[in-house]
Amino acid sequence: MDTAKKRWLSLYVENDVGVLAKISGLFSGKSYNLLSLTVGETEDPTVSRMTISMVGDDKTFEQVKKQLNRSVEVIKVLDFTDLPIHKKEILFIKLRALKREEMEDVFRSAAVFGVAVTDYDRSSLILESVKTESENDDILKYYKKHFLSRMEAVRGGAVAVESVSRSDR
Amino acid sequence: MKIKGTQLFVKALIEEGVDTLFAYPGGMAIDIFDALYGETSFNVVLPRHEQGLVHAADGYARATGKTGVCLVTSGPGATNLVTGIATANYDSVPLVCFTGQVPTSLIGNDAFQEVDIVGICRGICKYAVTVRRREDLGRIIKEAFYIARTGKPGPVLVDFPKDIQNALGSDEYPQEVSIRGYKPSTGVHMGQLKKAADMLANAKRPLFLVGGGVNIAGAGEGMTALAEKLGVPVVTTIMGKGALPTDHPLYIGNMGMHGNVASNTAVSECDLLFSIGTRFNDRITGKISEFAKNAKIVHIDIDAASISRNIVVDVPIVADAKEAVEKFSEIAVPPKHAEGWAERLQALRAEKPIAMPREGDLTPQDIIEGINAQFPEAIVTTDVGQNQMWTTQFLQLRGKSKLLTSGGLGTMGYGLPAAIGAALGRPDMPVVSVSGDGGFQMNEQELATAVCQELPITVCILNNSYLGNVRQWQEMFYGGRYSCTCLKKRKGCAAWCSNPNAQCPPYIPDFVKLAESYGIEGIRVTKREEIAAAFERAKANKKAPTLIEFIIDREADILPMVPGGNALSEMVTEYKKEGK
Repeated sequence: MDTAKKRWLSLYVENDVGVLAKISGLFSGKSYNLLSLTVGETEDPTVSRMTISMVGDDKTFEQVKKQLNRSVEVIKVLDFTDLPIHKKEILFIKLRALKREEMEDVFRSAAVFGVAVTDYDRSSLILESVKTESENDDILKYYKKHFLSRMEAVRGGAVAVESVSRSDR
Repeated sequence: MKIKGTQLFVKALIEEGVDTLFAYPGGMAIDIFDALYGETSFNVVLPRHEQGLVHAADGYARATGKTGVCLVTSGPGATNLVTGIATANYDSVPLVCFTGQVPTSLIGNDAFQEVDIVGICRGICKYAVTVRRREDLGRIIKEAFYIARTGKPGPVLVDFPKDIQNALGSDEYPQEVSIRGYKPSTGVHMGQLKKAADMLANAKRPLFLVGGGVNIAGAGEGMTALAEKLGVPVVTTIMGKGALPTDHPLYIGNMGMHGNVASNTAVSECDLLFSIGTRFNDRITGKISEFAKNAKIVHIDIDAASISRNIVVDVPIVADAKEAVEKFSEIAVPPKHAEGWAERLQALRAEKPIAMPREGDLTPQDIIEGINAQFPEAIVTTDVGQNQMWTTQFLQLRGKSKLLTSGGLGTMGYGLPAAIGAALGRPDMPVVSVSGDGGFQMNEQELATAVCQELPITVCILNNSYLGNVRQWQEMFYGGRYSCTCLKKRKGCAAWCSNPNAQCPPYIPDFVKLAESYGIEGIRVTKREEIAAAFERAKANKKAPTLIEFIIDREADILPMVPGGNALSEMVTEYKKEGK
């Protein structure tokens, strides 16, 4: 039996009331393992684009694609799992009650990680990271190790688009 | 010209060729009913409960091949449709269900009789939509009918708010449909068909497995001709029953949980299973790892999502059953090495038929065979449970005969209202409903509808005073602990009783008196000698239903049976009752 692995889907869907509920309901109703789902309007205001990550074996994943394809509200299903794509996720980390030397460490670490300091007060700041999910995982791990009781993390779920010449996933 | 939404609704139904509308009014549908007042272009039928209504529309659709159309009010009117919508969805029945809704300005306010019916139905219908702008109404109705009847058919729900009903707008009803996310597959992949034809030509033990998709597509005649041309035997699921005449020499029988020995043996032993229009649900396959394990599998289905879902197949073909059967017929040649295979199955069918012991005064087999004898052609509906299984086991289907049964969802209470819909849609055919005493009581109020519509339905109740299918499982697998399955049980009965006898309280209701209260003939049959006469009397009632209550052995079982989780080859063909 093939093993479960992480998969990526990109959907074009009708930009209508209830479409998000339809798609998320399909995952919950059929016990598919949904990891993240992002949705937003495209250049055409009648169409939205969803980026979905999930875990499943080949058979389940085939079934997910078929179930999505047969939904009237879904215009097109793209499987990004093994395609060259660009994929990015936004991560905000708010840190507070920082001492002076901690603040210096955060600025240093942010520079090393390539993360922007997007807001600041004398003892608090907000980091903004637009990176791949696994890079964000690593960055989050660092700040959790040192600031767990004084931090807030908000992740957006990844959005993805097919590559032109190079890929970044 | 500007017209109201309700007027466009009526116009749309006329343009869609609707001849029967199943409708129950209420506060948020009253404006639509006002527009229907005096309308003579189609028949507006008023059932007695919205669940009965939607099953009637479903029975109408299955009997005619047309789309069943429902109209109910918001809130409870809408939620009462839910079971029927799910029933239609699982059996691929085309329905368009209109639900009244509170005005768009009130949606979300928990207004009186407001419910998010689109949200409730999203997972159990083919498509559900709320009309939010008057200018979308015509397009949405047009799309609803198109989606319901094309591809793999199914129910579509259109939620129709009161302000949109009354808003003035264009009187145009579109002629064309274009939905960018919905393009039903057409055509057949000839390469795959040729591959299947090669496999069939070289198979030693080829078998056709025919599901409900063949009946829905109207591919029965083509299927029969194909089987005859190739000399390949055929088994069916219960939804596929009737695709071939049941007395056809190549028809081996129903397979699955309560199939006959020959059919289940055929599936277990075949080396090519050529299946058309079935989704291989668990009642069909038994233990998946043992299912047709000696066979290569070809699977034709209109729904790509039904292919390689439960059973991994060797040759998948996404196509309409009728078109695929026709195209396959052109290229297929008889198998070269299958001598003796069909004959072996025919011999097994004759040797091990499904037969109940003719004990006692009256068996379910006697009753269904009575239907066979009295109604050479008929539309027969069933409820769910033992009555359904006995019917699928013993009913003969010939000519224009059809069996309507809730195969996927297994909905008790389906039989009588479905028969009403069938009788309205097919006045040329006798209609017989078969129910148990449990399921009948779930929608018995619809007798009034049958009386008011003057429908000569023969309503059969197989009364064993039990919820018999569950009782049988309790007897066979739960040590005879008859928990909540006895319908005679009253307050004074012992909590642990599993031993029905003459001291049991009388049954309620008295079905014969119930029939009389509806002004129709009620007949109680207790002996097999009385069956024919009862059906004769029913047939003589040309403008009213007739209720026949058959008192059967309280503990009659359905056999053979493949217990849940067993392989098809592990059938229980005999069950000895302890101490009896």
